[in-house]
Amino acid sequence: MMRWKAFTVIPLLLALLVAACARGAATPAAGLPAEAQAVIKDRGLSPEDIVAALRTYVPGGKYDEYIMFASGGHSGQVLVIGIPSMRLLKVIGVFTPEPWQGYGFGEKGTLEVLEGGFARGKPILWGDTHHPALSETEGDYDGQFLFINDKANARLAVIDLRDFETKQIVKNPNAISDHGGGFVTPNTEYVVEGPQYAAPIGWEYAPLDQYKDQYRGLLTFWAFDRQKGRVDPDRSFQIELPPYWQDLCDAGKKVSYGWVFCNSINTEMATGGIEEGNPPFEAGTARNEMDYLHIINWKKAEELIQAGKYEVINGIKVIRLPTAAQEGVLFFAPEPKSPHGVDVAPGGEYIVVGGKLDPHVTVYSFEKIQKAIAAGNFERDPFGVPVLKFEDVKEAQVELGLGPLHTVFDDKGYAYTSLFLDSAVAKWSLGGSYRKDGAEPWKLVEKLPVHYNIGHIAATEGDTVSPDGKYVVALNKWSVDRFPPVGPLHPQNFQLIDITGGKMRLLYDMPIGIGEPHYAQIIKADKLKPFLVYPEIGWNAVKMAKDPNATEAGRERVEVREEGGRRVVEIWMTAIRSHFKPERVHIKKGDHVIWHITNIERARDATHGFALGGYNINLSLEPGETATIEFDADQSGTFPFYCTEFCSALHLEMMGYFLVEP
Amino acid sequence: MVERLNAWLREDPFRLPRAFFIGASWLLLLSLLFPYWRMTLQAPQYPGGLRVDVYVTHLAGDVNEVDNLNHYIGMKKLHEAAQVERFLAPLAIGAAALLGEALAFTRRRWAAVLSLPAMLFPIIFLADMYYWLYRYGHDLDPNAPLRLPPFTPPLIGVGVVGQFRTVAELQIGFWMALMASILIALGLHFRRAVRTALERHQALRIGPLILVPEGARA
Repeated sequence: MMRWKAFTVIPLLLALLVAACARGAATPAAGLPAEAQAVIKDRGLSPEDIVAALRTYVPGGKYDEYIMFASGGHSGQVLVIGIPSMRLLKVIGVFTPEPWQGYGFGEKGTLEVLEGGFARGKPILWGDTHHPALSETEGDYDGQFLFINDKANARLAVIDLRDFETKQIVKNPNAISDHGGGFVTPNTEYVVEGPQYAAPIGWEYAPLDQYKDQYRGLLTFWAFDRQKGRVDPDRSFQIELPPYWQDLCDAGKKVSYGWVFCNSINTEMATGGIEEGNPPFEAGTARNEMDYLHIINWKKAEELIQAGKYEVINGIKVIRLPTAAQEGVLFFAPEPKSPHGVDVAPGGEYIVVGGKLDPHVTVYSFEKIQKAIAAGNFERDPFGVPVLKFEDVKEAQVELGLGPLHTVFDDKGYAYTSLFLDSAVAKWSLGGSYRKDGAEPWKLVEKLPVHYNIGHIAATEGDTVSPDGKYVVALNKWSVDRFPPVGPLHPQNFQLIDITGGKMRLLYDMPIGIGEPHYAQIIKADKLKPFLVYPEIGWNAVKMAKDPNATEAGRERVEVREEGGRRVVEIWMTAIRSHFKPERVHIKKGDHVIWHITNIERARDATHGFALGGYNINLSLEPGETATIEFDADQSGTFPFYCTEFCSALHLEMMGYFLVEP
Repeated sequence: MVERLNAWLREDPFRLPRAFFIGASWLLLLSLLFPYWRMTLQAPQYPGGLRVDVYVTHLAGDVNEVDNLNHYIGMKKLHEAAQVERFLAPLAIGAAALLGEALAFTRRRWAAVLSLPAMLFPIIFLADMYYWLYRYGHDLDPNAPLRLPPFTPPLIGVGVVGQFRTVAELQIGFWMALMASILIALGLHFRRAVRTALERHQALRIGPLILVPEGARA
């Protein structure tokens, strides 16, 4: 009896022991120091968690390999995020005043930038930022400029990546909302702003029953002057489009250089009116099976501008719709209804349209489009625009799942499409010259769940002619249960995905608590060469040149003069750790004040602020920067001004008195 | 090699000391282009540190930042120090080098005094440097935000001021000047030895080198 027990129990114990050992050996944690083992056990981390942590951890003082520029959504800002750490590096004030950067709180230059975006003089101090676009040279990000649009007010902003600050906002003179922008042509000849909701040109009044005749879409080509770092409205032009609610756009590159492609979602020309028993927009715009992919020859449009075939409307050249339709600027190709993204493959050969309501991505061949145009085999839509035949221009349709929106590319011939309804990223194979690995072309390879309701997707160097194929970031609209609850308004969720292996791997969730970002672009960090301090003392950060009112140390002064019957007090001040000079400014109520302040520091990070309570003024004076404020001293009193950046041990003492005598 | 050198010396035994004098004067002149002294200030918020390089003619490096920090303890601006010395230095070095050079072309005994300025230059530099360090550490503005007891920053080595660790080191320019001094001393020594050998009709050798052969005469 005893022996029988021993024979069963001992092997059983041995088996257990072996199993335990085997299990221990199977976890990647084996071999890690005891402390790491304890952390893993304590926090209940899986082997996948550990790999993800190691892939994303960037030790302090080390830099991220990539920098992502993400729209800040309604915040009207741009977020600068390191990849793979997903650390927020900076928030750039763009359409919205930003106090820390002294953007729009008294500083004259920044106020003028913001004024550039006012709508017929009306201050608009927020923006619905959608699509950031990095400047390109020969189809590759060059790290010089960033552009972003404001959908709500049809505006475009220029950010100079030498100092990551906004230099210009232009208001579209003829459109009141936009969407398909900004994106750039391959040498940043133009920053393109695509339309969205049709409206009469110049947002004039017209009743909705005149929709077909009066309402229009406008595709704007903002000419960019790289030397000046500014959009040049005089060289810019617009193309009038039918009121089809154009959506996202992309520029052709390499073989399709000179062309631009935009989607449309309302070729039905629905005008809504649910309250009057009409189909609501959501149904009315989805009635037809097909909408139109817009195919635009911008090189041809340039020729028409040269030839004078335009009208100037509200100060900008506009190629009218009949001209565009008749002169070979504008073509249509049917696309499955109400699509979202249109994305050109790295070599420019294919145009991928995300079906949204259709489970496919539809791939168009640029070569076939050119053949169809040359063959003249088309009909015309009610506005006279040539409509190519779907079968003539379609290369492939790939069924991916529900809600395909937006597509990015890697360097191995695969595309990654966001699936909004499936809450997933679909990886699928391209065909043609992209297929060198023998894999089946135009085929879904893998789907990775993301959390949740993914909108756009961004890839490392993804919109260039040579994507890096390292990471994609899923820009999720909903986070639901991914983060600790912080009230009913939930953060958005950026998810970092590794695409270097055979299978996609989710690495990191980054909450975004400042707006709903739409798109992002990711550049190799070493392409960015920003200033560490401004190059000269007395730098005007808006003009990007030495300011004529730069104050030299030792030449600080206050001048009083009469101008037009009032006293003008002009102050030239310096700031250095830990004092302003002068420290006392004594004026009279009613004086007009012009106040120049130069930070004469040369040390990296030695920024000074300048806050003047009661006058709504705060400046950021970065090392070398000169800023100017100008105001009427309409309140008498005693106003301490002080440095708002903790600059030194005697920072609190860095102040002065602004005395306004009644 | 040695053969050729000996043949060259046989023609004129004073060639060796002369070469030393000429070499020394050029070294001294060249040292104008290099820093003599460096102070590095290390603090947590300055990764890589701040650096001030002292040339005999000018200052270089993070002078503005160091000045800005020094104002907290009431120290004078670095540019204001040793202005006369820095103005005179090129002239002084030029003159010293010229005198050293002249030494090469005279065999007179009294001419040895010509070598003094060049030979003493490194010591003069250090003494002057110490003087200014002492003055800057002692002549602090009593109205400065921070008041420190008077101190002398180290001429060579490590010191501490506030959160800064300061490291003072001699630089290549100084070593060149010192090398010039040594060359002059050696030159004077050989000149004397050659002269003595010639006067006493003795041979003079240094290892394989024959400075003065048997039976040579002055």
